[in-house]
Amino acid sequence: MDRAVGADAADAGRRGTPSRGLDTLPEHSRGSPLSVHAMTVAYRRKPVLWDVDYDAPRSGLVAIVGPNGAGKSTFIKACLGLIPKVSGRVEFWGRPYREQRRRVGYVPQRESVDWDFPVSALDVVCMGRYGKIGWCRPVSRAHREAGLACLERVGIADLAGRQISQLSGGQQQRVFLARALAQQADLYFMDEPFTGVDAATERAIVEVLRALRAQGRTVICVHHDLQSVEEYFEHVILMNMRIVAAGPVGGVFTRENLQRTYGGRLTLLAEASEAFAQAERGGG
Amino acid sequence: MSGPLVLSAGAGGGAGAWERLGEVLSFRAGYNTTVVLVGVLMLGIAGGVVGALALLRKRSLVADALSHATLPGVGLGFIVASSLGAGGKNVSVLLTGAAVTGALGVLCVQAIARWSRLAQDAAIAIVLSVFFGAGVVILSVVQGMSAGNQGGLKAFIYGQTAAMSVGDAALMGAIALLSAGAAVLLLKEFAVVAFDEGFARATGWPVMALDLAGMALIVLVTVAGLQAVGLLLIVAILIVPPAAARFWTDRVGGLVLLSAVLGGASGLLGAGASAVLPGKPTGAVIVLVAGGLFLLSMLLAPRRGLLAAGLRRARLRWRVIEDHALRAMLEHTDTHGGARVPRGALARACGWGGSLASWPLRVLIARGLLRREGGDMALTPAGAARAAAVTRNHRLWERYLIERADIAPSHVDFSADLVEHVLSPSIVAALENALRAEGRLPSPHPLSAVEESGARR
Repeated sequence: MDRAVGADAADAGRRGTPSRGLDTLPEHSRGSPLSVHAMTVAYRRKPVLWDVDYDAPRSGLVAIVGPNGAGKSTFIKACLGLIPKVSGRVEFWGRPYREQRRRVGYVPQRESVDWDFPVSALDVVCMGRYGKIGWCRPVSRAHREAGLACLERVGIADLAGRQISQLSGGQQQRVFLARALAQQADLYFMDEPFTGVDAATERAIVEVLRALRAQGRTVICVHHDLQSVEEYFEHVILMNMRIVAAGPVGGVFTRENLQRTYGGRLTLLAEASEAFAQAERGGG
Repeated sequence: MSGPLVLSAGAGGGAGAWERLGEVLSFRAGYNTTVVLVGVLMLGIAGGVVGALALLRKRSLVADALSHATLPGVGLGFIVASSLGAGGKNVSVLLTGAAVTGALGVLCVQAIARWSRLAQDAAIAIVLSVFFGAGVVILSVVQGMSAGNQGGLKAFIYGQTAAMSVGDAALMGAIALLSAGAAVLLLKEFAVVAFDEGFARATGWPVMALDLAGMALIVLVTVAGLQAVGLLLIVAILIVPPAAARFWTDRVGGLVLLSAVLGGASGLLGAGASAVLPGKPTGAVIVLVAGGLFLLSMLLAPRRGLLAAGLRRARLRWRVIEDHALRAMLEHTDTHGGARVPRGALARACGWGGSLASWPLRVLIARGLLRREGGDMALTPAGAARAAAVTRNHRLWERYLIERADIAPSHVDFSADLVEHVLSPSIVAALENALRAEGRLPSPHPLSAVEESGARR
């Protein structure tokens, strides 16, 4: 790995998270809900995330912001093992993901599923409890009650029996949020929960996020609205194929860092990825 | 496997045929017919269950590739069996061969889709045609062999339901039981994987293993059904019943159950009908019955069916006509005074052509919204209340579009006309709040009477 590429991340680390080499894990990261170390991810052999280091705070709301194609969703999916890493290590409370699955909740992008699927809102929410229910057993009454309570928390308990295609976009997003709540996790990943929702849904989601923070949970959200970052979140990750800066909003969410994240032309990394992909295709 | 037998019907047509059908379907038509009926019933149930799972996972077409890919296996099985001296038509060897190349075909589809830039539909088309072509070539090789009786191989392409033995029927029963058991036990696991693969993976469900299990069931049903329906038509048993069932239900469990019922019914009715109509190939008739059930479902299903959808559209269209007429009445009386509007003026305002003008009027009168006064029209009290509410919605929406959405006033009437008819009370309230906050509620004059009637909407 070319260390010059990682230099910026290390630089950013001085502001937010501590910098470290490839082989050392700082002591405190063992207790961190999420500790990402030297992670590089590629899609179809085209690198989209380079040498990412990150330690999540023990509790609080974290926004991931960055331009399109910056690798924000990729970061979440790679952490959850949904797409393979080229290199690096991801640990949850110091253990690999498969041992901590029960403590991690996930809200995928709303567009990632077919909403004409023949299930009700409550059916979807109960999927968050399948892990607790286990193999080959039906969803018991108690679990349905728990699912209903989660729908209540996002304010649409009255729609529990609706087929999910009969819900508005905002209501569908709330169903996904309720499913994550049903997981009763300590760390949540949410992929653009605020995208394409109405004002009422946005308020409902923010309320839920604040309640999670009050309970000492950590929530990591891909977020696209720079206006509301400071209002909703206290930590931020600025990402553009690498972590440009990460840490408390007050120190990191600066004009200068945003400029570096959203800088108009292609970053050097994007150009390098493109060149690499071209070579792979045998084109360039 | 017993020798082929012909399900012959009584020669008579008409009432005799119906009687005969009733006899067949109540399992009173003799031993062999009953064996066939039970066999296809079980095959239909198994296909319905397994096909429903495939439909949910959007894998229906993979089943098509699979069934075509069984043909080279049948031919190879024949060659292997006869070279081992086991007799070319050893069915278990043939079916094993079919299962092997069928599974191989599915693997090829997955491999092509994964490692090339081709989408899955292209991969399916390639595998389906190439494997089938290979099968045809191998069968021609078999035909040239001197190993003897290879005549029955064609039955694998078109099916030969009547040749079903007790053992075959029992096998189908076992597969139906296995499919139903798997669906009952693993319904929520299959559902979460099919609905949201990423979430399923993240929460620890073995997506690959569950997909393999589903695919194994499809292979089983396909191979078991090869002799009965043939590899060209077996896919219909897997796809058509669940597609029909989807029209009637919005729940995964309901879909699987109904799909099994429709699949079983297709098998039973199809085999019954072909027993009554001599010389008609049973597999094809089963598929036709399934197609008929699908057509009925598509037309008649209460919410997703085409008739219901057409009715909804017609109702909305009428609603638009009615709203326009009522608003035109109100606006005319507003500008010209008095309560009466000449019919010609109303027709012009609504854009009704001359001869067409009478039927909307008649319906409006029948619905108690308008009444005749001499040659003119007037609003009834109910009509006046509706007209006020409609007009208010129209103006609210129009104003909102101009104020908030930056739409040119000349374009507003068009978009307002489309949307105002579907505004829900909560949207209307929100519009009012938004506009009131800016002191821009539309002119109160004709709307002052609306406040009371608006509450009823």
